[in-house]
Amino acid sequence: MNTATPEAPAVREGPTAGERFLSGILPENPIYRQLLGMCPTLAVTNGMQPAMTMAVAVLFVLTCSNLMVSLIRPLLKPHLRILVFTLTIATFVTIVDRFLAAYVYEMSKALGPYIPLIIVNCLIISRCEVCASKQGLVTAGADAVGQSLGFAIGLASLATVREILGAGTWFGLRVLPEMWPDWVLMVLPPGAFLTLGLLLGLVNWYSARRDSGSAAA
Amino acid sequence: MEYIGELILIAVSAALINNFVLHYFLGICPFIGVSRKLDMAFGMGCAVTFVLAIASFLSWTFTYFILRPGAPLTTWIWQAASPGTEVVPDLSILNYLVYIFVIASSVQFVEMYVRKFYPALYKSFGVFLPLITTNCAILFACLEIMKNVSGAAPADVWGLDKSLTLAIFGGVGFTIAIMLMAGIREELDLCDVPKAMRGAGITLVAAGILAMAFLGFTGVDRSLAALLMD
Repeated sequence: MNTATPEAPAVREGPTAGERFLSGILPENPIYRQLLGMCPTLAVTNGMQPAMTMAVAVLFVLTCSNLMVSLIRPLLKPHLRILVFTLTIATFVTIVDRFLAAYVYEMSKALGPYIPLIIVNCLIISRCEVCASKQGLVTAGADAVGQSLGFAIGLASLATVREILGAGTWFGLRVLPEMWPDWVLMVLPPGAFLTLGLLLGLVNWYSARRDSGSAAA
Repeated sequence: MEYIGELILIAVSAALINNFVLHYFLGICPFIGVSRKLDMAFGMGCAVTFVLAIASFLSWTFTYFILRPGAPLTTWIWQAASPGTEVVPDLSILNYLVYIFVIASSVQFVEMYVRKFYPALYKSFGVFLPLITTNCAILFACLEIMKNVSGAAPADVWGLDKSLTLAIFGGVGFTIAIMLMAGIREELDLCDVPKAMRGAGITLVAAGILAMAFLGFTGVDRSLAALLMD
């Protein structure tokens, strides 16, 4: 079958590649809208560097497993579906884990168990289930990249707030004056919960305001 | 005495000091999703503890006998297949795949058991029971066991006793955290929360304050160790 020239389908088969890509970034942002992948979100955002490493790892794993699941989707059996997804994901996570341990050993030590824990990140399983197991290669790939970008934006916003307030730095570079008293709490676990809760409130408040504004206009 | 002391240290550390939810951020999905009612939170905590115990028993067995570098069973098979070679067989690249397989099958087993013997509980769990498969807490316990079995020096390799202590008390810590949260949320229902913060927002802020309280346990392990090891 030639996928390059799509024949007009009689029944619309879910969103197109472009829609999937865009919806992942803001309208269906994995962190702020779907509340998925909370565990790495909270754990690795005490600095920009670990957060961005995590974002790249998730981008690789999500893209590869979405493409793989999309390729084998005619073979999937409904009751064994989730198991196949997790085993596929576990394979790619093993690759990332070994790669990080070989080339950026310090970062791999700092992230510790959170790299293998990508296997049970609900975000990736939910994308395999919602998109890749139903749609073609191009759509699945676009969806994976879009969702990963949304995930990266979420991680970056959280890590920016926490690193600047907690250590006065951003990506390890000094941004606040030396006299800034570091809020150590922000890089400790409670800071993660508080920041995410407040940012979530902010996003809800802003989108509610924008919606009511556009309704009035 | 030293043996009991070590076990107590692991237990207290897993349940309170390094609480799975409030220190390692594991199992946040059920923590936010199921912590609406106290009895459901208790059921969820028990289910997670049960699965933790089964999964860590299995993963310790697999890691110790098959997966770690120089594991007895693998070495024996290797020697039988090609006698006289000096290679130490290492299957640890398969770790993650094996753990996921073990967890998925333990969850399947618990689900069948609960459906058969506690149908009411099964109904109230709804979608969350299969979701235990993707509960980070369980894979995390397997990974901790892996770190202490295949990564440790021969003298420090954890036995089954320590692994099970970690898993069960990690589960107890999860139950404590999720039940505290359920108690708070039952009260929150009566409060006038700002519209934007309703649901996950206020839950996360409450969890942050709870985590601050749990920070108070930092350092308890050191004094406890001094007390028990003397």
